[in-house]
Amino acid sequence: MAEEPVIRAEGLSVRFGARTVFKDVTFDVRRGEIFVILGGSGCGKSTLLKTLIGLVPLAAGRAWLLGEEIAAAGDEARRALLRRIGVMWQSGALFGSMTLTENVELPIEEHTGLPRPARSMLARAKLGLVGLGDAAGRLPAEISGGMAKRAGIARAMALDPPLLFLDEPSAGLDPITSAGLDKLIVEIARETGTTFVVVTHELQSILAIGDRCIMLDKEAQGMIAEGDPKRLREDSTHPTVRAFFRREAA
Amino acid sequence: MDGMAAGADARIEAQDGGAVLAVSGRLDTATAALLWPRAPDPAVTAFDIAGVESVDSAGAVLLLAIAPEAELRGGSEPVRAVIERTRKALAAAPPPGPPPPYHPISSIGRATVNRLRDARAGIDFLGEAIITTLRVLARPRLLRWSDVLRHLDEVGTRAFPLTLLLGFLIGVILAYQSSIPLRRFGAEVFVPNLVGISLLRELGPLLAGVVLAGRTGSAFAAELGTMTVNEEVDALKIMGIDATAMLVLPRLVAATISMPVLALLMNLAGLAGMTLIMSTLGYPWAAVESQLQQWLTLKDLVGGLFKAACFGLVIAGIGCRAGLSAGRGPRAVGDAATAAVVGGIVAIVAMDGVFAVLFFRLGI
Repeated sequence: MAEEPVIRAEGLSVRFGARTVFKDVTFDVRRGEIFVILGGSGCGKSTLLKTLIGLVPLAAGRAWLLGEEIAAAGDEARRALLRRIGVMWQSGALFGSMTLTENVELPIEEHTGLPRPARSMLARAKLGLVGLGDAAGRLPAEISGGMAKRAGIARAMALDPPLLFLDEPSAGLDPITSAGLDKLIVEIARETGTTFVVVTHELQSILAIGDRCIMLDKEAQGMIAEGDPKRLREDSTHPTVRAFFRREAA
Repeated sequence: MDGMAAGADARIEAQDGGAVLAVSGRLDTATAALLWPRAPDPAVTAFDIAGVESVDSAGAVLLLAIAPEAELRGGSEPVRAVIERTRKALAAAPPPGPPPPYHPISSIGRATVNRLRDARAGIDFLGEAIITTLRVLARPRLLRWSDVLRHLDEVGTRAFPLTLLLGFLIGVILAYQSSIPLRRFGAEVFVPNLVGISLLRELGPLLAGVVLAGRTGSAFAAELGTMTVNEEVDALKIMGIDATAMLVLPRLVAATISMPVLALLMNLAGLAGMTLIMSTLGYPWAAVESQLQQWLTLKDLVGGLFKAACFGLVIAGIGCRAGLSAGRGPRAVGDAATAAVVGGIVAIVAMDGVFAVLFFRLGI
């Protein structure tokens, strides 16, 4: 029997009032892979991510993270599960009154018994990893958007979670920073076996890091493709998928 | 075998008289804490990691805390990779230097310079507001009357219920409190004089001002502060639109018109509350009315309403200025709103003092 998937999603549907964002989305994410959720603006990519981590309620369907169904989990199980996932938010979501080091230290302080100097050393290592070693003492208001995203990743990785969600990691970054981030994601995934779920619409990023992907579409109100992005680029016959991968105007 | 310690699943052992540390087991967040008491240890030149099954970044960091430069011996490829990557990351993030020493004199100087700069910016703002007002007086269509009406609604009519409630309660409270000492002299009948004069001359305008500072000054600061943070004000300026005429003047006009109305409502509600209490104390409506008519003059009312209009202008000005000078960052808008409320209340109390002297000298 195959290994249990890290994420199992069955028939997910989300509605805001009368508007259906997506319906009947079903997929599995395997351990250690970089799984990309892609699609055009407004197709519900970020909503799907928030649904998976339990922030947006499901209208129908069930989702399991690391073997636990978050919607049905009790408080204890839920807390334990949240400790094992990390989320990088679209705009970083750094706490404005804390320096970058303190931002990264916060989850470490909350969830481990490490002494303070050890915590800040660990936080420095995380910031060094994403190339923010020099900015460790700065406040979020004093850094650029790209730096905020990288700091957001550092904070998401603070506790070495086995499952990391990244919401638009490369949107709004220059190509060099973006490529560096892609490289970092792949390295971490390969070295530590961390599973990544990445929401993005950056074509180069998708092709550089994605092991597998699903594509959502606004008109179809759901999934229109699933598989290896490189394969999809070559083989897909779906007009929207083809247009997306060939950067054609629909 | 000297200096051996064991965590839940990790073991550490010193070899070669302390030059080599042999680590084994699982080095993760839970077990790595046992490495910490050894850090830093300059005698260590190598780690024997052959027995390490797995390592996470917390484990790697605490291991490197003992000896950042030590070489690695043995160990599987993934374990070495994690430690090497962490070593690189730590080298890229030097520990912060000591905080700059505290100089009392230079910090006093810096604070003074900042205050002076603030004061200068305040004068700039005042000048700009005056010049814009003069321009608008010459060409009234520069003022956006639809905005003025919108602000009149928000500043004025929407504050009516709160103003009436507060005024009524203040009237009730003043009537009760003043009836206690006056009763001793059998002078309860003078309660309307006391309450009437204090409301019309002082408390009506002042309390309406406090309501305005809390409700409106803060809202102005938050609105304009958000616009400043989002670069909307810069966008306006670049479009060649006078930001002061568009954003500040309608608010100033609306607040200056609304405040006398609010103060009047506060007065009326207060007098109504006082009348109610007087009737429960056995003084009929006619007695209260005759006292008020005998002792209150139009000067008391108009003087109070004039003060109210000045308060409105100043509170709105302070609110707008706080919003437009908001800094960057998530706390900027909150700071601007706080500055608007605190500044507004302090300013109207200070102005009230000036008015008290002025009215006394003028015999109003």
